[in-house]
Amino acid sequence: MSFEIKSSGESYDVIIVGSGAGGGMASKILSEAGLSVAVLEAGKDFDPAKDEDRTQLRPAWESPRRGAGTRVRPFGDFDQAIGGWDIEGEPYTRAKGTSFDWFRSRMVGGRTNHWGRISLRFGPNDFKRKSIDGMGDNWPIGYDDLKPYYDRVDKLIGVFGTKEGIYNEPDGFFLPPPKPRLHEMYIMKGAKKANMPVIPGRLSMLTRPINNERGVCFFCNQCNRACQAYADFSSGTCLVKPAMAKGKVELYTQAMVRSVTTDESGNATGVSFISKVDMKEYKLRSRVVVLGASACESARIMLNSKSKTHPNGVGNSSGMVGRYLHDSTGADRMGIMPELIDRERYNEDGVGGMHVYTPWWLDNKKLDFARGYHIEYWGGMTMPSYGIGFSMDTMRKYLKDEFGNPSPNGGYGEGLKKDIRRIYGSTLGMSGRGESIPQFTNYCEIDNNVVDKYGIPVLKFHYQWTDQEVKQAKHMQDTFEEILTESGAVLLGEKPGPETMYGLATPGRIIHEVGTTRMGDNPSTSVLNSNCQAHDCKNLFVVDAGPFVSQADKNPTWTILALAWRTSDYIVNELKKKNI
Amino acid sequence: MNRRENLKLLFTGSLATGLLLTNCSPEDKQADLSPKIAGGTPGGRIEEEIQRDQRLLSETFLTEEEREKLNVLVDIIMPADEESGSASEAGVVDFIEFMMKDAPSYQTPMRGGLMWLDSYSNDQYGKLFLDLSENERMEVIDKIAWPEKAAPEMRGAVSFFNILRNLTATGYFTSEMGYKYLGYKGNTPNAWDGVPKEVMEKHGVELPEKYLSYYLKPEERGTVAVWDDEGNLIG
Repeated sequence: MSFEIKSSGESYDVIIVGSGAGGGMASKILSEAGLSVAVLEAGKDFDPAKDEDRTQLRPAWESPRRGAGTRVRPFGDFDQAIGGWDIEGEPYTRAKGTSFDWFRSRMVGGRTNHWGRISLRFGPNDFKRKSIDGMGDNWPIGYDDLKPYYDRVDKLIGVFGTKEGIYNEPDGFFLPPPKPRLHEMYIMKGAKKANMPVIPGRLSMLTRPINNERGVCFFCNQCNRACQAYADFSSGTCLVKPAMAKGKVELYTQAMVRSVTTDESGNATGVSFISKVDMKEYKLRSRVVVLGASACESARIMLNSKSKTHPNGVGNSSGMVGRYLHDSTGADRMGIMPELIDRERYNEDGVGGMHVYTPWWLDNKKLDFARGYHIEYWGGMTMPSYGIGFSMDTMRKYLKDEFGNPSPNGGYGEGLKKDIRRIYGSTLGMSGRGESIPQFTNYCEIDNNVVDKYGIPVLKFHYQWTDQEVKQAKHMQDTFEEILTESGAVLLGEKPGPETMYGLATPGRIIHEVGTTRMGDNPSTSVLNSNCQAHDCKNLFVVDAGPFVSQADKNPTWTILALAWRTSDYIVNELKKKNI
Repeated sequence: MNRRENLKLLFTGSLATGLLLTNCSPEDKQADLSPKIAGGTPGGRIEEEIQRDQRLLSETFLTEEEREKLNVLVDIIMPADEESGSASEAGVVDFIEFMMKDAPSYQTPMRGGLMWLDSYSNDQYGKLFLDLSENERMEVIDKIAWPEKAAPEMRGAVSFFNILRNLTATGYFTSEMGYKYLGYKGNTPNAWDGVPKEVMEKHGVELPEKYLSYYLKPEERGTVAVWDDEGNLIG
């Protein structure tokens, strides 16, 4: 296939790389300020309101694999995250003895099409962890800097929840939360006995309208399939598409960015990208370049943007690009609730996520690890999909006959069929999602031996958990057992022990990877300043989770959105002042 | 149409191929990727997925004889009863056929397990499994269907039957017939207003007093939210 580098001569005020949460927010704010914007997305266009893209409200039998995961959709055949852990032609590598799994979505809206919509603000402590426990680093900004933007994000996008007045779990502008499901009410009872808080969830689904452009939630439990009514937050449906309808925004899909181009003075002049349609390289020019390709992909682009003035990659005179990569910790446990066997049938879908959760509730000074975690709960009478009816060779014993005798494991026949019907909706579980300590030695770099199918050098990951995260996972497992037992559930499976690091998920698996282009006041230890502007390239900005100095025990999306809005405001002002 | 529009439309794929591809050699033109065989998953598929579904649907893994055995076996596992039909009626064998290709790690245990049924039947009764009487078949099945009672030398066959039970049960309960039998009520648009009162009473749970006034009221689902400066919903 021929390979031809063209300079198309197209020029914009701003080029944004990536159409996920950060890129989407930047496209909206920058275009509303009157700037001409190009958004480059490596995947195809996607719109869940179009029937050809819709998987919402499809029963399992419309999939020949009944909803089982595939390489492209590891979270299930109807899940709307097109890409996965292992994308054809787009490899990545790992250093020996370390592990990291990288989840990417190639589509307009990126991973926001399927995410859990858990929308938590970082609290005042989350920006200043070093001052509290001496580990890692403080952010150069604090909660007060971001609060006005969190407020705006709440109102623009919508999040339900309740005002709780918990210091490090700041309240916002909440829509009404949905009432808890039955298994969630059992958990609330159990947690109360264990002296742990359980509060209404904070998720970005519209339980009530926030404007006349998006529909309200109709409670199908399938937010991971992307909503045809736009009643949950996806960057494509709530930010990029509205920005295109209103402002000077042009969307380039199937555009795989190779590098940021720079001039002799080291300033960014635009980007160079490969079109997946014709496999040719193109260039676009702009006054400002904004990277929102995801923490690791943006780091990759910067590291691959080498020039005379930026010999180690643009923005990387500190050598910090790729460093301090960190993901949330994760561990899970499951149980079966005898009280929920033979349960009454009703539509229990609710929103596509938990109606209640447990925010971090303890004081680390009294614990043997430094940072906290929140707990997400799951269960209920969810849509039968691939996997229903599995494991009756170990689970059937939990069903008792009318005389109280347990059924024998395994079997067949009418009795088995009935038992699967009886057990449906009686299992439940929980997942801890916690804060890890960012490490200089956990990082991604360019693997000079491997390129992807577009000829772009790929990332090599180096990542190992420390004792801090392992101890936190151990604490999670003890907590999970306590809540499940106090709720009246019978624990399933063996309690994970030290041989599995207490069930601690492989780095990357929680898909909260952040920190690769961290912000800071010191240009020798950080990539960006407190406005997410590269220290050594003043018209280059990052709006994904790369700028995070530390990933709290909160999901990162709400903070990506608030930070991207703040960065966009800064860009508009700097352009006005002709500083860039 | 200016150059910028051309370029943009090329990447969004929304321009008819004729205009921009006139100067391209024939091999640059995109192949026709529209699905030819029904049954692939709908909804936002990329070419790689469409092609894979098409390939899997066009291939055949199970032999006629294996299908015959499976028709008997899946109905032993999920038979018809007064309330609903059987696994074979619910299309479970077609589902198993597809899964053999979709998740190839199933292939060897499935093929080997179906073979084992014949060798074991031959050893015990001098006949192939399908030629056994119903009583004889059930004697064979009872040797491998109960993991905790099975003889240690049957362990391999027990594993096979566990896989077959899993696939049969999941194939059945993810069919339209299975949803009905299960009594699944979800996946229809509704306004969630909590667990029905009588169910809460039966389970001895109640909504926390503290949140009663905050929960979503279905009758307010049409009203655009308005807050005061403190974040209190006022409309």
